Amino acid sequence: MANTPTQTRKSLERHGLSDEQLKTIFRTMLLQRQLDNRGFQLNRQGKVPFALGSEGHEALQAGAAMAFARGKDILAPYYRDLGLSIGIGLTPYEIMLSIFARAADHNGGRQFPNHYSSKRAGLMSFSSILAAHIPHAVGAAYALQYRKENGRAVLVTFGDGTTSEGEWHESMNFAAVHKLPIVFLCENNQWAISTPLSLQMGQPDIYKRAEGYGMPGEQFDGFDPLATYDAVKRAMDRARNGGGPTLLEGVCYRFLAHSTDDNDLTYRTREDVDEHRKDDPLPRFENLLLDSGVITADEVAAFKKDVLRETNEATDKAEAMPFPTADDLYKHVYEGAWEPWQ
Amino acid sequence: MAVATSSSKVLNNVEAVRDTLYEALKNDDRVVILGEDVGARGNVFLITKDFAKEFGTERIIDTPIAEASIVGIAVGMAMEGLRPIAEIQFADFIYPSFNQIVGEAAKTRYRSNGEYTCPMVIRTPYGGGVRGALSHSVSVEALFYHVPGLKIVVPSFPADVKGLLNAAIDDPDPVLFLEHKKTYRLIKGEVPDGHYVIPIGKADVKKEGSQLTVVSYGLYVHWALEAANQLESEGMSVEVIDLRSVRPMDRTLILQSVRKTRKLLVIHEDNKFGGIGAEISAMVAEEALFDLDAPIRRLAAPDVPAMGYAMPLEEAYMSSPAKMADAMRDMVKF
Amino acid sequence: MPTTITMPQLGETVTEGTVERWLKKAGEPVEKYEAFLEVSTDKVNSEVPSPITGTIRELLVQEGTTVAVGTPIAVIDDVGAASKAAPATKPPETKEDRDTAPPKSRDAMAESANQEPVPGFNIPQLEVKSAAASSGAPAMVPPRSNGQREEAALRGVSPAVRRLAREHHIDVRNVRGSGANGRVTADDVLAAAKLVPSGAVSAPPAETPRTPAKPGPGNTSTYADPIPGTTIHLSSMRRIIAERMVESRRTAPHAWSMVEVDVTNVWEWRKREKDRFERDTGVKLTLLPFFIRAVVESLAVFPLMNAKFVSEGPSIYVEKDVNIGIAIGLPANLVVPVIKHADKLSIKGIALAAGDLIERARKNKLSTDDLKEGTFTVNNTGANGSVASAPIINAGQAGIVTMETVVKRPMVQDDDSIAIRYMMNSCLSLDHRVVDGYVASGFLADLKKRLESMGPRGAL
Repeated sequence: MANTPTQTRKSLERHGLSDEQLKTIFRTMLLQRQLDNRGFQLNRQGKVPFALGSEGHEALQAGAAMAFARGKDILAPYYRDLGLSIGIGLTPYEIMLSIFARAADHNGGRQFPNHYSSKRAGLMSFSSILAAHIPHAVGAAYALQYRKENGRAVLVTFGDGTTSEGEWHESMNFAAVHKLPIVFLCENNQWAISTPLSLQMGQPDIYKRAEGYGMPGEQFDGFDPLATYDAVKRAMDRARNGGGPTLLEGVCYRFLAHSTDDNDLTYRTREDVDEHRKDDPLPRFENLLLDSGVITADEVAAFKKDVLRETNEATDKAEAMPFPTADDLYKHVYEGAWEPWQ
Repeated sequence: MAVATSSSKVLNNVEAVRDTLYEALKNDDRVVILGEDVGARGNVFLITKDFAKEFGTERIIDTPIAEASIVGIAVGMAMEGLRPIAEIQFADFIYPSFNQIVGEAAKTRYRSNGEYTCPMVIRTPYGGGVRGALSHSVSVEALFYHVPGLKIVVPSFPADVKGLLNAAIDDPDPVLFLEHKKTYRLIKGEVPDGHYVIPIGKADVKKEGSQLTVVSYGLYVHWALEAANQLESEGMSVEVIDLRSVRPMDRTLILQSVRKTRKLLVIHEDNKFGGIGAEISAMVAEEALFDLDAPIRRLAAPDVPAMGYAMPLEEAYMSSPAKMADAMRDMVKF
Repeated sequence: MPTTITMPQLGETVTEGTVERWLKKAGEPVEKYEAFLEVSTDKVNSEVPSPITGTIRELLVQEGTTVAVGTPIAVIDDVGAASKAAPATKPPETKEDRDTAPPKSRDAMAESANQEPVPGFNIPQLEVKSAAASSGAPAMVPPRSNGQREEAALRGVSPAVRRLAREHHIDVRNVRGSGANGRVTADDVLAAAKLVPSGAVSAPPAETPRTPAKPGPGNTSTYADPIPGTTIHLSSMRRIIAERMVESRRTAPHAWSMVEVDVTNVWEWRKREKDRFERDTGVKLTLLPFFIRAVVESLAVFPLMNAKFVSEGPSIYVEKDVNIGIAIGLPANLVVPVIKHADKLSIKGIALAAGDLIERARKNKLSTDDLKEGTFTVNNTGANGSVASAPIINAGQAGIVTMETVVKRPMVQDDDSIAIRYMMNSCLSLDHRVVDGYVASGFLADLKKRLESMGPRGAL
């Protein structure tokens, strides 16, 4: 029994989002997928050595980004957060600079793609080491609390596999002890490269661990950007107002291989992936917006065209930029010049 | 025997660390201290005694027993504008934080192309000779000195402790600050009043001599001086260099001294294989071979996992002023 | 514009890929980013998207074939490109181009004249020049005498001892060792060297293959072979030279004076004699012995110029003998061997003595005695074209005089005619504690007069 547009629109109102915001979420999702695929395409064209995909995380990331207060909050992301990063203000061009490892990239072409860093956007630098960034997020949250900067919070994200690391546990514990303004958001896509959740943990509901640390925990549908927004917004507001940390778990799925270096059919079947594809958050949200009359079919087509154009422009512009030079290898080891021993 | 003057005090190394931390806390709100038992207990060596009362538990943070996150949280604080001083209760407990020190703190500036930095200090007591057995006696400098992006300081005199700890706190990059626990109360010295800084990366000639260069650091500098003075009374002249920083290393001073004396003996408490002495020896062999009148020699601990608890095991592992004097005599007479 | 597609690297450690299936045939159009083949590797299987919009011109690899990453697998014509592009013309390479062009990358190798490769990750190979090639001169190996015996004697000799012995020309086998088991120590070598007062004598060391030192304060080179951006650690010889120069400059108040000497006649005389002289004696006849002869004669008139200042007292000691030091510059240092009793020698005698000293200095065969007891010094600064110099006095002497370069100049003669004459400047540095300008200028004037009146006839 299909809902009428009016009914659907009514059901949307409880999220407190304007049509503009809803469209922004949708557009972020489209852009993420386009940029994400572009990384893989560039790799298959032999233009870049490596790319990481985030297909299946679009709803989770666009929804969470909408709950992030630009210019105030701090994001401590991990390497699958392309959508979250553009959602809080990184540009497609910045994403492409990272993919092409050009000199103008925030990291000067030093890091793998998707390892963004932007003081401007409030996006903390991080490495590829799983869970290593989580205590950093906790330290940043401590700094906010110590400086009594109420109204600011840290959003730290990670995958399901990372919750096995010691630093994850230590960070959850410390944040709870000090009631820090931080939200731990797990993007549970059910795969840690090739290791399924069942081999990663004995309790598949990650959010339930929150109780053990002494903080609230909540699970939501990570294919639904609005459920994500609600949960993240509530948790961030609590954090911003002295209510302490929260553990959130958004359940989604990784549609692509772990990276361009991975063949996922060695550990799962195409049918398995296709089964989850039926729930693909992009067409699902598109239909919701169309059904509720928030957006028209023409607007959708225009969005898609626009996103492709933006991606193409960013690709060409970044590709044309110069690489870092050998001299750049010696910069930023310490403050000032560093003469390495030879 | 150190004597206080109108502009200096006589302090031991614990007091030097404590006074310097106290001043830093007083002068800069961004400075916070975090570690196990640093609050109410005031650290196991009483270095932070009463700090929590004066500066509050928000700045003197008793952490859970979790070294990886003690350092990791300090990294995040530093990235977000604070000046954290993380304490690892004993250097022997530092291993869980290895990733945070080597993989994160030391690379933050580099990986972000200078966009994010990590101005922090990791303080930790290290070293043996106090019946600390396997897990309260180790030297860890060689595990970390291979890492560009990190600075490592190992002062052994109270005045150096103060000047170098000030430098470490001011430093825009992460500094691993190693304090030899046996020197904490054993070593007293004159410490100038007021704020001063000794640059990281500068060694110091603690005794001038002409027939042999001895490079050492930590507790062993004091023992090497004792041995060198013994040789002095026998008519031999030994120069003793206190390295003070192992990264960056003061190559200039070492080479200058070796070119003068033509002989090099490196003495350290850590075991020999791949220790700091290996780097110093290789550097001197590369730069000053034709100034050498004797093979370079390293006096260091044997290649066993650690010193044992039983006294004979500790003594067999550690050097002594007498063992050092023997090695120096051999070198001078060579 | 045709584009050559190469086998992409699907995965960081992957080196080859298999063309599983072509999704497009030759002649079919293809869109940018549209998949046109499937590739499998041991890490991943993937569709490969086209980098351009165009027409497939050619498929270079059969389905099922495995090729190395970077191998050309297809050619795609750009939209609008003629299906058969004319070969682009390219100016023929000059030899110079070939010599200076960087080596071609793999993709460039695969490139045919009119095809652009897809930009991938071409790693330019750096041209590595061998040290031998860049050091220019062929490497020379130092000659070995009695190789085996020497090796045995040198066993246990430290690098510092080897270096010092080489610098001081001391045979380690003749030095008594004071080290452990009679080892010769660096100090032993220096003690042996100190027997030689003005520092030991040193000739340029035999050339050894030079590995280019990297510039930097930590790197060193030698005085004889200085390399920019490196430090030269002074040999004790150089240290002694430096100390003595400073000492002389500090203790002796130097004053300076110069005269211009017409050496035409002496020049003619020398020219007339030199071939025969060389034939008879094997020694080249230069202007030096004539000059020294004039100097000793002038010293006889002005004995104060042949004296030294003694700080104890203080007093001035007027020398009994006339022993003339001649400064000889060598690559690694400066030596001043002495012609003893030069006042007792004819020009020929001086020529032979000087010739012998110069030769032995170059061969590094000077003895301690050769370097002792100089009372006055002559310095042939003109050898390299100098027209005036202010030499530093050898400590313990009252003066040093130079012979500057000889040049032909138009000179106004006494009868106001202009003649081409051989002219030479001679400069004197004097120790003002020993002599005043009155004596010194008298000595210089006398020297000038004697040189000008020498020749063109006479007996050597």
